[in-house]
Amino acid sequence: MAKNQARLLQGNEAVVEGAIAAGLRFFAGYPITPSTEIAEHCAAKLPVAGGKFIQMEDEIASMAAICGASLAGLKSMTATSGPGFSLKQENLGFAVKGEIPCVVVNVQRVGPSTGMPTSTAQGDVMQARWGSHGDHEIVALCPASVKEAFTLTVEAFNIAEEYRTPVVLLLDETIGHLREKVILPSKEELVVKDREKPNVPPEQYKPFAMDQGRIPGVPPLAAYGEGFKFHVTGLTHGEDGFPTGNPAIAEKQLRRLNEKISSNKKALCKVEKFFLEDAEVVIFAYGATARSARKAVRDARAVGIKAGMLRPITIWPFVEDALLEVKAGRPKAVIVPEMNLGQLVLPVKSVMGDSVPVIPINKLAGQLITPEEILSAMKEAV
Amino acid sequence: MRMELRLAGEGGQGLITAGIILAEAGAKYTDLNVVQTQSYGPESRGGASRADVIISSDEIDYPQVKNPDVLVVMAQEASDKYLQSVKNGGTVIVDTTYVKPVPEAESQRLKVIEFPISAKARELGREIAANIVALGLLVETTGIVPKDAAVAAVLDRVPKGTEELNKQAFAAGVEAAKAL
Repeated sequence: MAKNQARLLQGNEAVVEGAIAAGLRFFAGYPITPSTEIAEHCAAKLPVAGGKFIQMEDEIASMAAICGASLAGLKSMTATSGPGFSLKQENLGFAVKGEIPCVVVNVQRVGPSTGMPTSTAQGDVMQARWGSHGDHEIVALCPASVKEAFTLTVEAFNIAEEYRTPVVLLLDETIGHLREKVILPSKEELVVKDREKPNVPPEQYKPFAMDQGRIPGVPPLAAYGEGFKFHVTGLTHGEDGFPTGNPAIAEKQLRRLNEKISSNKKALCKVEKFFLEDAEVVIFAYGATARSARKAVRDARAVGIKAGMLRPITIWPFVEDALLEVKAGRPKAVIVPEMNLGQLVLPVKSVMGDSVPVIPINKLAGQLITPEEILSAMKEAV
Repeated sequence: MRMELRLAGEGGQGLITAGIILAEAGAKYTDLNVVQTQSYGPESRGGASRADVIISSDEIDYPQVKNPDVLVVMAQEASDKYLQSVKNGGTVIVDTTYVKPVPEAESQRLKVIEFPISAKARELGREIAANIVALGLLVETTGIVPKDAAVAAVLDRVPKGTEELNKQAFAAGVEAAKAL
């Protein structure tokens, strides 16, 4: 029987395929539902692609291992769910501070604590932003389909490499376990970016230089083992990577660390606009919830309600500019359905101010918000 | 065209695998769009287990099944829980090895197919192939994917050394559907 080009692929599998296509060569992890298939597929596929898979003793060590592998020059990833994501936070902060490119996948399940392991949730949105301590920026991406699980994993690696930063890939259990018919982009269609290497002799190399790099504030990164000797520490450091107590240097370095992300929001913040042009009621939805929202928008349009959806593909940094455009259209309401208690409601309200009502729809017990629930909220709003 | 299918039973009966195989047959061998979701507990065996498949000529937004057109039930609990959710005029395939006959109130509004699915698989050699017998029944009854596509998808997924058993299991399901 003749096969077509399509495949039936699971979201978690698509993450692995995307990662390998982006150049993943090192995975360290500690399997946890509902992310386990990512570890399983990495174990099967990474060695074939010339990479290494290690199952570590726990999540803390997994995060440390990918930091080490990345500094040795390999594109690195780990995958987990809520409880493991909590454990990774300290070393995730280390990756932020050491400016170590890596991808951390969190397939969200119901929390807090061990919660409901096999049930879907979006409860780690704020943890992704502020799970690690201290002032820092984080990039987090949120796929809403299996195909996007593939393309955003590639994007996550590209951002990690270009900006020398950890990138969080925030799936929910629904998207992680969803199987869909997909035709993946070919190698030729993919853009794969690699970190910038230093073009100075080793003795002149400053791993945390203030003023070097293709992107201002992102210094080139040498790989351990290539003749460049350099120090990476979680302590606040100067351009040479060694700890400093000098407030002037510390202030400059910490600002550079934050601004390399915050000043590039235009490039980093991606959204999907669905029927937004004339929308009187706008849904702000991400991940699996956006699937329900999309159906709700179609159903609303069918009964004459001018509905639209703004879907943040980038969750962090927050998509303020796109929301400001929504606000300028003076919608009657913005509806924010989330499988949490409304973690993005306040950021949305901070953009909308008092002029546009922001209406949350929230579920906590592992059930996807349905199109009907969103539609009835829309009917009430208009 | 849009068909929503649910396969429900206990963990370990292979219904999620059957759902994946059906979805894969649709994805690889037809022009239709396909999504497959599942629901299961934290246990590796036992507990309620369910696979949902949507096959549609349109884009599939919301990926979950609420009111299936077709329901396969292989455990009493699954039957009790999901029978009422099937659309009027829908089809229910019941494994009478484990499930009591469908109550009259339901059988009047549904097309009911009752067959000792698990017992048939046992007769063929191993009860573990019951999911594929169910798949044969489902494919023959609904025509949702071509039979040879389903067989190809079965052979893509089942462990080496079990191909013959699974081919026989599928054929037994098809025969049963024809005979009913």
